[in-house]
Amino acid sequence: MTLKRIWVLAESFDNTPIGTTNELLTCARSLAEVVEAVTWNADIASLAPLLGAYGAKKVYNLGDLGSSMPGVVVSQALHQLIQSGNVPDAIFVPSTYDGRDIAGRLSVRIDRPVLTNIVGLFYSADSLITQHTIFGGTKILTARFTGELPGIYVIRAKSFAAEPVQTGSEQEVSQQEVETVEVGELGPTNLAHIESRHVEQRSGPKLEEAPVVVAGGRGLGDAESYGMIEELAKLLNGAPGASRAIVDQGWVPYSYQVGQTGKTVKPVVYIACGISGATQHMVGMKGAKNIIAINKDAEAAIFSIADLGIVGDVKKVLPKLIEAIKSAR
Amino acid sequence: MLTIASKILKKFCSGLALKVLHGEKSNSMNIVVCVKQIPDPAMALTLDDSTKCLVRDDKLIMDDSDSYGVEMALQLAEQAGGGEVTLVSMVPGNQTSGLRTALAMGAAKAILISDEALKGSDALSTAKVLSGAIKRGQPDLVIAATESTDGYTGTLPVQIAELLGWPSVTFAKKISVQGNREIAVQRQTEAGYDEVISPLPAVVTVTAGVVEPRYPSFKGIMAAKNKPIEELKIADLGLDATEVGFAGARQEVVDVKDEQQRSAGEIVVDEGDAHERVVAFLEQLKLI
Repeated sequence: MTLKRIWVLAESFDNTPIGTTNELLTCARSLAEVVEAVTWNADIASLAPLLGAYGAKKVYNLGDLGSSMPGVVVSQALHQLIQSGNVPDAIFVPSTYDGRDIAGRLSVRIDRPVLTNIVGLFYSADSLITQHTIFGGTKILTARFTGELPGIYVIRAKSFAAEPVQTGSEQEVSQQEVETVEVGELGPTNLAHIESRHVEQRSGPKLEEAPVVVAGGRGLGDAESYGMIEELAKLLNGAPGASRAIVDQGWVPYSYQVGQTGKTVKPVVYIACGISGATQHMVGMKGAKNIIAINKDAEAAIFSIADLGIVGDVKKVLPKLIEAIKSAR
Repeated sequence: MLTIASKILKKFCSGLALKVLHGEKSNSMNIVVCVKQIPDPAMALTLDDSTKCLVRDDKLIMDDSDSYGVEMALQLAEQAGGGEVTLVSMVPGNQTSGLRTALAMGAAKAILISDEALKGSDALSTAKVLSGAIKRGQPDLVIAATESTDGYTGTLPVQIAELLGWPSVTFAKKISVQGNREIAVQRQTEAGYDEVISPLPAVVTVTAGVVEPRYPSFKGIMAAKNKPIEELKIADLGLDATEVGFAGARQEVVDVKDEQQRSAGEIVVDEGDAHERVVAFLEQLKLI
């Protein structure tokens, strides 16, 4: 048995689905007969076909939310649809800033609990089972909803592969329906507004997509030493990343952060420099195919998952490594 | 003695000036900080075999993530020229050790909802309990961490905001009070940050980057021993035992298994040439 219908909150950026949206659509397709997407702040003519390519048969379009916070408006829109009798079996939400806001508010509005930090989903014994890694990834916990549908599932990035529907297959979307949702009066919850948006520029490949990630942590000692991380990343055609500790210190922008509250990466090789391996960091990178760790402290947790561990001072090892790679070319 | 007296007088006057400047309405800000008491993350965490809940019987400490919210609240109240910082916390037992830490930092008082019936509560039930307690005080602002260190559900603060009918701004990396009853927040986004303006009352969640938490002083620790902690039962909030805890939870843990572990690989102690081993490793992967 499978589920009848799943809604996927299809977050987008510049009229393109974010990676997690395609991952959730792919996963939903394997679990339900019909997958429908909910979109906002996007040009629907450009976005809808991209969602259709990943199996969304129908798109609920909320349009431009202006300066409103998406959490408030999107949860209201979904609540309206559900109140009108349009009730899906499950709602998939990406584990993003806005996704978590939407899930929290929706949970109260429709009075359903939320399961968050989901890294796997499967169908068993008439219910959808969720998987969560706990205790720094040493254990895997499975859970499920026991109450009325729909459950709200907040799913972490990179938990599923994103695969477009094969042309000619049963799931191919030949005609896609777009329904415009008019959101009703929002009240005081909508009083917060976005005054301005700031984009922090970065060059090179995207952190989430780069085959090589070189990440720096507190062991670098100072902000200036982060330059070595950027240089090594560039030499290897990779992206520079960071632990939460140095993002909080203000050494690098938040968009560099790898971990629980940052990005999840699964590169071919992850080079952790001066990173001790806090639980919240490890959940974001332990899916890397190969892990190299350089750290002064031989007891650092990062060594327990590293394929190659160098016990040494990053400030001594990195300059030599950079020179060696340069001369090898 | 005289200098202290004059300092106090100065502080009093500057507070007074602020009040006059902004008309008759007082600028004082009452802030609630949600504080979670958790088992020490440095210790080995265990799950109860039958309930699959985190064992929280030992001494609980304040979740480190909450120290940023407590500090932010103390600074905002001070900037506003007055007001009180109240902690709100919930725990099935009646532990207060974690709350004492936050009181020692400078919070005025705490409300602890402590009830055996709360064991096994999901995030939505927890939000109902906490918002019920928050409502009684009618604060101007509620601050919470973006997520807890032991459960990291990350939806609780927004659920509280929705239950209170207030706006919320999550993932704040900077908060400032603007004029009368309005806050400006820099909210982290995937691309950078948004500048968000919200009227009060509101709920804000803070990241660890928002402010540097102070260490409790000896004086603060001594003072905290006598600060009031009001203990409430769920009945005091008009909630029924069937709405919270295991009884009210509409989700369950199916099982917990060991995850297949990555095993540690080769460890090399650097004696000046360890970088060569890294080069060889990268060459093997055809990255160089």
